[in-house]
Amino acid sequence: MAIPVRKYDAVVVGAGGSGLRAALQLSNAGLKVAVLSKVFPTRSHTVAAQGGVGASLGNMGEDNWHWHMYDTIKGSDWLGDQDAIEFMCRTAPEAVIELEHFGMPFDRNENGTIYQRPFGGHSSNFGEKSVQRSCCAADRTGHAMLHTLYQRNVFANTQFFVEWMALDLIRDHEGNVLGVTALEMETGEMMIFHGKATLFATGGAGRIYASSTNAFINTGDGLGMAARAGIPLEDMEFWQFHPTGVAGAGVLITEGVRGEGGILLNKDGERFMERYAPTMKDLASRDVVSRAMATEIKEGRGAGPNNDYILLKLDHLGPEVINKRLPGIREIALQFGNVDCTKEPIPVVPTCHYQMGGIPTNYRGEVVVPKDGNANTLVHGFYAAGECGCASIHGANRLGTNSLTDLLVMGKSSADSMIKFIKENDTHMDLPKDAGAFSAARLLRLDTQKNGENVYEVGNAMRQTMQAHCGVFRFPDMLEKGVAKIKEVAERAQKLEINDKSKVFNTARIEALELENLIEVAVATMISAEARKETRGAHDRADCHDRPGFVNGRDDQSWLKHTLWYKHDNKLDYKPVNLQPLTVESIAPKARTY
Amino acid sequence: MKFIIERYDPDQDQKPYFKEYDIQLEPSDRMLLDALIRIKSIDDTLALRRSCREGICGSDAMNINGKNGLACITKIVDLKEPVKLRPLPGLPIIRDLIVDMTQFFKQYHSIKPFVINNDPPPEKERLQSPEERLELDGLYECILCACCSTSCPSFWWNPDKFVGPAGLLAAYRFIADSRDQAVNERLDNLEDPYRLFRCHTIMNCVDVCPKGLNPSLAIGKIKEMMVRRGV
Repeated sequence: MAIPVRKYDAVVVGAGGSGLRAALQLSNAGLKVAVLSKVFPTRSHTVAAQGGVGASLGNMGEDNWHWHMYDTIKGSDWLGDQDAIEFMCRTAPEAVIELEHFGMPFDRNENGTIYQRPFGGHSSNFGEKSVQRSCCAADRTGHAMLHTLYQRNVFANTQFFVEWMALDLIRDHEGNVLGVTALEMETGEMMIFHGKATLFATGGAGRIYASSTNAFINTGDGLGMAARAGIPLEDMEFWQFHPTGVAGAGVLITEGVRGEGGILLNKDGERFMERYAPTMKDLASRDVVSRAMATEIKEGRGAGPNNDYILLKLDHLGPEVINKRLPGIREIALQFGNVDCTKEPIPVVPTCHYQMGGIPTNYRGEVVVPKDGNANTLVHGFYAAGECGCASIHGANRLGTNSLTDLLVMGKSSADSMIKFIKENDTHMDLPKDAGAFSAARLLRLDTQKNGENVYEVGNAMRQTMQAHCGVFRFPDMLEKGVAKIKEVAERAQKLEINDKSKVFNTARIEALELENLIEVAVATMISAEARKETRGAHDRADCHDRPGFVNGRDDQSWLKHTLWYKHDNKLDYKPVNLQPLTVESIAPKARTY
Repeated sequence: MKFIIERYDPDQDQKPYFKEYDIQLEPSDRMLLDALIRIKSIDDTLALRRSCREGICGSDAMNINGKNGLACITKIVDLKEPVKLRPLPGLPIIRDLIVDMTQFFKQYHSIKPFVINNDPPPEKERLQSPEERLELDGLYECILCACCSTSCPSFWWNPDKFVGPAGLLAAYRFIADSRDQAVNERLDNLEDPYRLFRCHTIMNCVDVCPKGLNPSLAIGKIKEMMVRRGV
């Protein structure tokens, strides 16, 4: 049976922050846009961001984008591309002001300007002291931002396909991208969205880990689709473990708590971050804080009956500040930590939070792959933005608030590139005759599988393997075993079986398809991590700590380069980091202290 | 623990029915959503929406022992056994615990949920005092879960004509925004026997809101503005 086809100028997959920002730009340009989302747009995971969006507005004191750029490069442990980082930091103030004009309910200062709070790794004057750069709406910044962007799209009359799951990227024999196949969840019907330009804004895949702050929907669908279509994934070994997930529950507690003055304590009541980061203390970069916490726990100084968590103390801020600036945290601490944080500390542990890697792009959001000796050849008609893209702004470790900055800046930037591209390529390229056959075969396999594997069991095996073999601290033997194990799990994931055969809102089918995407990300992560023989940012190898000649275990001579993982044969390739910014001087690698 | 869940798959069932589950929970299962996921790991045909599992995305609203709420922030220990779960009342059922929310969002869209300001945007942010910003607290936090509107008898009777508590809360969020210039237009939009005035202050919306918001208060303020405008 022929698969129905609908034609659009632009196809956007994902309706979180970057997808909505891009969609708005595309709609306002008068293009015919289809935005596909697995969930109603305001349910996308941007909604859960808490602490703020980083931009050097300078509302609280002197600040400038160059300092923000320095902090981001240092935070990235020099793996970030400096052109992309300059672009984001320079554009950030404009992006935030624009959002305010859209109606975002930012907190305010007495003089009516946007309130900004301190955040981890953000400093003034190139690392001198902490700076207030995080523009926030209490501790619900992501919620306020996502709703504002959705509302703006209502105004712009953007066409949404809600509860549609994209299945596969469509490429022709020359590799040009022509759109996606997608499944309407309510009816179980498949359709081809044929676009002149296609944007992936599908978010992260934090659900590859057992302990994660991420929503259930964060299953790396864009990454899975890209990998299956032969696009490499960049720097997948770099996963951010957020210092403060509620112990046991994994729910996020914003770094804004520490921005407002909260501190971390071990079981002896010691403010241990003073030992690990004498200047920035509790507001050091996330990788540094998470590693310090894990070290405290490993050395027996964790709190609680099993010495397995750290205490986040904020009662000294007083109920007034907590209720005004951190009301959501108070709710979460009560609901998930069983504590009243105006009186007691919150038990927290480092928890998987953000994927620094993703689909390789440049700072214009254009997907780039190595071809004929050029490491950054454009893939015709293909774009990626937000957490699923890798520009690379965050390198080996993202700074807090930069995820929201990234999705605003890159969402708009990728849409601008698409608008230009569509102007220059104003006809749909022909779909290959068998477009959709691959997706149809995957669905058929799933519906007819007998004696297959259980989705929950395979998913658990994946999550446990990633957690045990590829966590905050990584060990060479564990990584090696992890590679073998995750390949085994990936084998099992090829034979997933579901009992639900209904056409109507078959969530078992959706979860199986999501697991097929997650497993690509898990394999990419483990293999990339095993191969990188250094410690850099969030990738901490126990056998690569303070070696003579290598600062903090980092090996710039051999490893100042981006990983590229290909699904085919699990091949690894590498490409250089761009140390050249757009208009200012390069910031050369040096030792990283906070 | 015993659960009784309303099931309906239009692909195979003539009409909805109740199915009983008796499951062994683990100590890590703290919230109702944890229990539902455990049930789903045994019976994958059970369909429900869920995402953030922390009460901010608004996906997993359902009727829990007769009262609307979010499964992910409803503690299991607080529930009376057997736990009876039904889809949100008053909206068409798509399948099991999943309802068709088209009408709910239509009403939300009808209040023009965006700041209207026709002045050319300044170079910097539009200034707003902390006091003006405070007016938005208790309004902008809505997660569009629909717990309120689907517990409102007026919305059950006239979902196509009455905006409902969620939509009206949003309407007041924009009326109250010092940056918005369309207050009169917004009041005109609601001046209608049904759109606003079907609210009879039954207060179910306040009782069920999982975010502790008060749509009834916001509706009262809109009514007051209308009266004041009239004199």
